[in-house]
Amino acid sequence: MPTFVYMTSCDGCGHCVDICPSDIMHIDKTSRRAYNIEPNFCWECYSCVKACPQNAIDCRGYAEFAPMGHSVRALREEDKGTISWKIKFRNGTEKDFVSPIRTTPWGSIKSPSDYDVPGPEALISQELAHEPDALNIKGGLPALERKQLKKGFRKGL
Amino acid sequence: MGLFSNRKTIFVDSDVLVIGGGMAGCGATYEARYWGRDLNIVCVEKANIERSGAVAQGLYAINCYMGMQWDENQPEDHVRYARNDLMGLVREDLGYDIARHVDSSVHKFEEWGLPFMKDPKTGRYLREGKWQIMIHGESYKPIVAEAARKAATEIYNRIMVTHLLMDKKKKNRVAGAVGFNVRTGDFYVFRGKAVIVGAGGASHIFKPRSTGEGMGRTWYAPWSSASAYALPIQVGAKMTQMENRIVLTRFKDGYGPVGAYFLHLKTYTENVNGEEYESTWYKDTKAMVGDYIDRHPVPTCLRNHAILKEVAAGRGPIRMVTKEAFKDPHLEQVGWENFLGMTIGQAVVWASQNVDPKHTNPELTTSEPYVMGSHATCSGAWASGPEDYAPDEYQWGYNRMMTVDGLFGAGDTIGGTAHKFSSGSFTEGRIAAKAAVRYIQDMGTDEPEVSEEEYENFKAEVFRPLETYKVGRNEIVAGTVSPSYILPLHGLQRLEKIMDEYVGGISSGYMTNDWGLNKGLEHLQMLKEDLEYLGAEDLHQLMRSWELKHRLLASFSVAHHTLFRKETRWPGYYYRGDHMKLDDKNWHCFTLSQYDAKSNEWAMEKAPVYHIID
Repeated sequence: MPTFVYMTSCDGCGHCVDICPSDIMHIDKTSRRAYNIEPNFCWECYSCVKACPQNAIDCRGYAEFAPMGHSVRALREEDKGTISWKIKFRNGTEKDFVSPIRTTPWGSIKSPSDYDVPGPEALISQELAHEPDALNIKGGLPALERKQLKKGFRKGL
Repeated sequence: MGLFSNRKTIFVDSDVLVIGGGMAGCGATYEARYWGRDLNIVCVEKANIERSGAVAQGLYAINCYMGMQWDENQPEDHVRYARNDLMGLVREDLGYDIARHVDSSVHKFEEWGLPFMKDPKTGRYLREGKWQIMIHGESYKPIVAEAARKAATEIYNRIMVTHLLMDKKKKNRVAGAVGFNVRTGDFYVFRGKAVIVGAGGASHIFKPRSTGEGMGRTWYAPWSSASAYALPIQVGAKMTQMENRIVLTRFKDGYGPVGAYFLHLKTYTENVNGEEYESTWYKDTKAMVGDYIDRHPVPTCLRNHAILKEVAAGRGPIRMVTKEAFKDPHLEQVGWENFLGMTIGQAVVWASQNVDPKHTNPELTTSEPYVMGSHATCSGAWASGPEDYAPDEYQWGYNRMMTVDGLFGAGDTIGGTAHKFSSGSFTEGRIAAKAAVRYIQDMGTDEPEVSEEEYENFKAEVFRPLETYKVGRNEIVAGTVSPSYILPLHGLQRLEKIMDEYVGGISSGYMTNDWGLNKGLEHLQMLKEDLEYLGAEDLHQLMRSWELKHRLLASFSVAHHTLFRKETRWPGYYYRGDHMKLDDKNWHCFTLSQYDAKSNEWAMEKAPVYHIID
């Protein structure tokens, strides 16, 4: 496949269509549900699986090298700030993992416009936004001197 | 135009136009707003910036972090590391510039909510290796995208940019870009005073090992379609080190990452007989490259080289010894979460094949080649260096400006700066954007103007594959075979075969030579002519058509550069069979190319390398 959509779970909301980086999740005109139009351009990145509100999307490993009978399921919960995984081997072995996905509330990042306007002298300097403070070092932004760069081959470099 | 003359054209004005909303593009968008509070900042993305670019599925490590706050590394150390890994040839001015800024980007990621693993004893970021720190990065891209959305005047998702526009008044000055919306089919003309290309590098220009349903499981994302190179090449920007393609040693079939396995889990590789094999090839490699084999760490390409030799000697496959490490439940957890965080497909492969690294030492393989500017390789545009210390030959304008006025780049787009990875690409986007804001300020009222003739010509060209298909389709009963058009997949597979067989792909053991490269170029030229007859059934296939055209242009560049450099600089990435040795006397230099779209000619030259001496 690699990703595919279960007919009875999909309600055709289009979240997967909206998110797929490869533009391969489309809505089937007859069933009005989503499907993978180009499995051979699927990276198995799981963006669609994670985005599906109905958990209607799953992945069947590439037929070219993946024997059947396995499953790798993901449940991404933004409110909890976690992603949970269940891996099932062809031989029945199971493994479960849970990882955090974010430590701050969604939408909480400050716009760069919310910081004080930098002066004209800052624009000419080599410092980027929030520097030198955000570097957490003493002595300011490091720099090379022009003479430290020498032209041509030198043995051992 | 006929059939499509009524297609809508939408005009968008911007001051800073960012093309590509991956790590580099998001960094550029954020930084542009910080310095340009009243500027119109537009970011255009082929997919949806929430999950686009190479970091779409997440990352489990940030591979470029100095740790200057704890005196772990200094920027000079990173320059030496990247230089060593790339066999002596990197733009040290650009590399230093990224290294001195990258920590501030990484600290921002933590503040924004990206979960970092910490060393329980020291409280510092948990190191995977000297340069890498470990993260729970499933939402790395959504977090960075949130910052970019907060900063942008407008983000345009689902627009594939096909061409840059040049100023009507001033020669060699960029004025914007054109593209089409892959959902609505509207044509877009973006006017920009400064343009920052942060598009993706190139997968699928060399034939991948999996060519059936699994062809999408390339190591680099299948949506990285070489726009990083095609856009600047089309307008005559100089490119550098395009021959420096990269081959990755990864777990078989899924191309799952090995970094955490080597560095954190302390797993190691052995041949099929359970023997260490790198020392077997030490003398042989030394005869080819001299004392570069004695460097620490051993350059990535030379480690590949030892694997290729060992496998060719009949003692393959090379396997990763995981059974020992995976006895530790914590390390086992890290091993699996590493895949789930950035290459889920590898977990799928192992689950399907019953490969449990606790019980089996998994197979490794060497991938098909990729062209990129952000990993252990440095293809891309030739860019102006930082104003405070770059040598005169590396400085003609603003930091990260290409050889076209007003055209900036970052990430995969900029050449000569290996080992920037996600954090370095974001940082380079920031560097480019600050310079672009200065450029716009200095420009004053002398603004570029797009030419109606130029964008109207592009409009006809962009949608032509739809028309070709519609007309040609009526000639045949059904199916994919037509005398009047080829489909994007047909063209892609021909491109991959040409590059594979003539330009040093997997089927030739990464080997090429003068004759093969010239023959390859001949075939590429015929493919180029045939792509005038590309047929696209719908807007999705139109996107595939333009991805293919971008890949083809980048492939020309790769072939010309490979032909020009008459040595084997990076054994394990590729071999010039007619020049099998590294040649510092003649080739300790950068290769530069410039394409002239009018004459269809490529001009090649050498540029000097500057080293930090101390």
